[in-house]
Amino acid sequence: MNWLWDPNARWILGGCMLLGLSSGVLGSFAFLRKRSLLGDALAHAALPGVCLAFIITGSRSLGGFLVGAALAGLVGAACIQVITRYSRVKEDAALGLVLSVFFGFGIVLLTLIQQSQKASQAGLDKLVFGQAAAMVSGDVQTMAICAGVVCLATFALFKEFKLLCFDPGFARGLGYPTALLDGLLMLLIVLAVVVGLQAVGVVLMAAMLITPAAAARLWTDRLDHMVVFAGLFGALSGAIGTGLSTMTLRMPTGPLIVLAATSVFAASLVAAPRKGLIARWVRLIRLRRQVAREHALRSLYELAESRSNWTATISVADLAASRGNAESGLRRVLGELGHEGLIRVEGGSISLTESGLNAAYQVARNHRLWEMFLMHEGQLGADHVDRDADVIEHLLPRSIVEELERLLVVHGRHPELPPSVHPLRSV
Amino acid sequence: MSSAGWIMLIGALVGGSCALLGCFLVLRKISMLGDAISHAILPGIVIAFLMTGSTSSFPIFVGAIVLGLLTAFLVQTLARSGVQGDAAIGVTFTSLFAIGVVLVSQYAAQKDLDLDCVLYGEIAFTPFDRVGGVPRAFWVNLALLAVNGIVLGLFYKQFKLCAFDPEMASAVGISVAGFHYLLMALVSITTVGAFESVGAILVVAMLIVPAATAYLLTDRLEWMLAIAVGLGAASSVAGYFMARGLGCSIAGAMASVGGLFFATAFLFSPSHGVVTRRVAQGRMRRTVANEDMLLWAGRRLEIEAEPAFDLRTVSRGIERLPRDTGTIVSRMLRAGLLMEVEGRYRLTERGEGRALELIRRHRVYESYLDELGYPVDHLHAAADRVEHHLSPALTAAMDAAVAYPERDPQGKPIPGSQDPR
Repeated sequence: MNWLWDPNARWILGGCMLLGLSSGVLGSFAFLRKRSLLGDALAHAALPGVCLAFIITGSRSLGGFLVGAALAGLVGAACIQVITRYSRVKEDAALGLVLSVFFGFGIVLLTLIQQSQKASQAGLDKLVFGQAAAMVSGDVQTMAICAGVVCLATFALFKEFKLLCFDPGFARGLGYPTALLDGLLMLLIVLAVVVGLQAVGVVLMAAMLITPAAAARLWTDRLDHMVVFAGLFGALSGAIGTGLSTMTLRMPTGPLIVLAATSVFAASLVAAPRKGLIARWVRLIRLRRQVAREHALRSLYELAESRSNWTATISVADLAASRGNAESGLRRVLGELGHEGLIRVEGGSISLTESGLNAAYQVARNHRLWEMFLMHEGQLGADHVDRDADVIEHLLPRSIVEELERLLVVHGRHPELPPSVHPLRSV
Repeated sequence: MSSAGWIMLIGALVGGSCALLGCFLVLRKISMLGDAISHAILPGIVIAFLMTGSTSSFPIFVGAIVLGLLTAFLVQTLARSGVQGDAAIGVTFTSLFAIGVVLVSQYAAQKDLDLDCVLYGEIAFTPFDRVGGVPRAFWVNLALLAVNGIVLGLFYKQFKLCAFDPEMASAVGISVAGFHYLLMALVSITTVGAFESVGAILVVAMLIVPAATAYLLTDRLEWMLAIAVGLGAASSVAGYFMARGLGCSIAGAMASVGGLFFATAFLFSPSHGVVTRRVAQGRMRRTVANEDMLLWAGRRLEIEAEPAFDLRTVSRGIERLPRDTGTIVSRMLRAGLLMEVEGRYRLTERGEGRALELIRRHRVYESYLDELGYPVDHLHAAADRVEHHLSPALTAAMDAAVAYPERDPQGKPIPGSQDPR
């Protein structure tokens, strides 16, 4: 970690973290407005603005670039709005159009500047991919101001932006100046883009707006948490990317920051609670296990019912035949049920214990209630009912079942239930 | 051929084959996926290049196709596992592109691979690399255009249906996903061909801009394809001249010219242009004003013989501001529909003819609505709006449908109404 003692490296680290922070925060709003790719378009559109600023001011100052990029970005955003509003070209094509034409024009200007051979043009072409190593303390201070403005504005207008993201129609109804807020949001995105130009360049700037926000979205359903997460992920990616590029020679910082952000995203995609792949996989396994268990219980109940003997011993082969699956597939679920004391397994035969019979009765009752309901209320063919019921009974909460039962009684369609458990005690 | 000629020819081929595919991207609303693929195939190209050491080889196309399909697949997989569609595209292509940039920067020193060349391309160098006296890029792009043309031609019906109505397409048994990936594969190889000329970033300009421009110029897919290809080729050629004049990047100039074409179509397209539509609206508004004035004057004919009126009466009669009335009246004087007699205005013979024709339209339409059972007290307002849009043929047809009445539902005479038999 020796590199951290180098003041220059610390400036770069600070700059990249600021970039990650501000673009993560704003990316959340762009993400929720379903305008993630707008950041991409605005980043590309900033190039001609930066070049024009250079041509006019003749110097490479971040302040001038900022104004140029902001103006070009706003013109680009306005073009997208006008194209989608006044012609039948859709938003995707409008984004691609503005992005490529502005960038192409930027390249034209860039080559014109290079051709005029001003000594100070060095570094301008680095804007396309960024060059974090070229950052100096003055740049980082400007970036810090921009990041501060972005965070403050987000904090101050949090409620307004929130409404704009989730229900723009309602926001308009409440009298919020939605067009103005939208424009302000775009201006802030342009600010974040300008902050990123130095470090990651226009091409990969989109990643800084999109990826941390997309990762944060996987962790939470609350906007305030999401903004904080996205900011943290962005800053973390900036730190990791800068660290890696300083430690390994010749690796460009920008792409490494982007790849760090992608890694954070990939990790979130796998490990995030509830929305992560692992969490969903666990849920799926649990659901499958529950389904298998309830199927087995209901089959045992029905087999016992058909033999009019609630304590009958049923062979595993019979159970498997009634479910239509192999005996080997039943072994695990039978083991579980036996472990819970719901069934007794002796050799190849099974019998329900009293608590098992109770549980099996509940499952079978649920199933038949639903079956009846579908037949009478759902207007479904009777031959379709069982298949539907097999799936839905496991998802049916108790309160709804009770309500269903009540409704069926009211309509005089209460189904014939199998004998309750109580007479069994006397058997 | 001179090298300028070759450059323009190669540019036209690139523009043409990109535009061909772009039409389907624009119609399927997946333009940004084209952008994503053009960025994301970079690592595939670099890896293939590092493995074989040449830029002209078959492996580069394989690498590009693999990465292109991988991009389409990742985007779809991410979208299916709950990531918003636009974010899925953004995450995928930026990550793959970043990998490509890292690879280039790592191995550029060892092999002859220049990041700038991959990213911006340099069409000006293409004529120097020749195979049998003809630039290699010409053969490559000609082959790509042929492949695109043949594949799209063979499966034209399927691509068309997938573009306009994917649900219908899958209902009749067309594999929408299959054709989606086929399109993505075509985009990938076409992008490789275009790399040398315009580079990774501006390929998207060649893909989308001509197609979006053509989309504004026609409503037929066949014409859209033809126009897009023409525009793609034209912007390449014009871009070359612009670049030579200014001394700037040819690729950038091509994209800029494409943007100008789009702006022109956006403003002046005969059917969808903003200015064109404004002009048509203005013309319609003037027609309506003129006809309202004629109708009013025509009704006066039924009350008094040879009616003449001053501006104030007209203004009150047609319920418009005196200033607007002045404009309308002077317009009709010029058209020879009105004449001025001692400071008062009268309809000319032609004006009277037009007025009677309009009154006939109005009253025939009222009779027709009455026949349909429309409330009598609503007839006038409805006819007042529709009368400007009825053709003589339609009026005659409605007249026949209500059996040539002599009077309208309010009892006013319908001029010129008689059974032609």
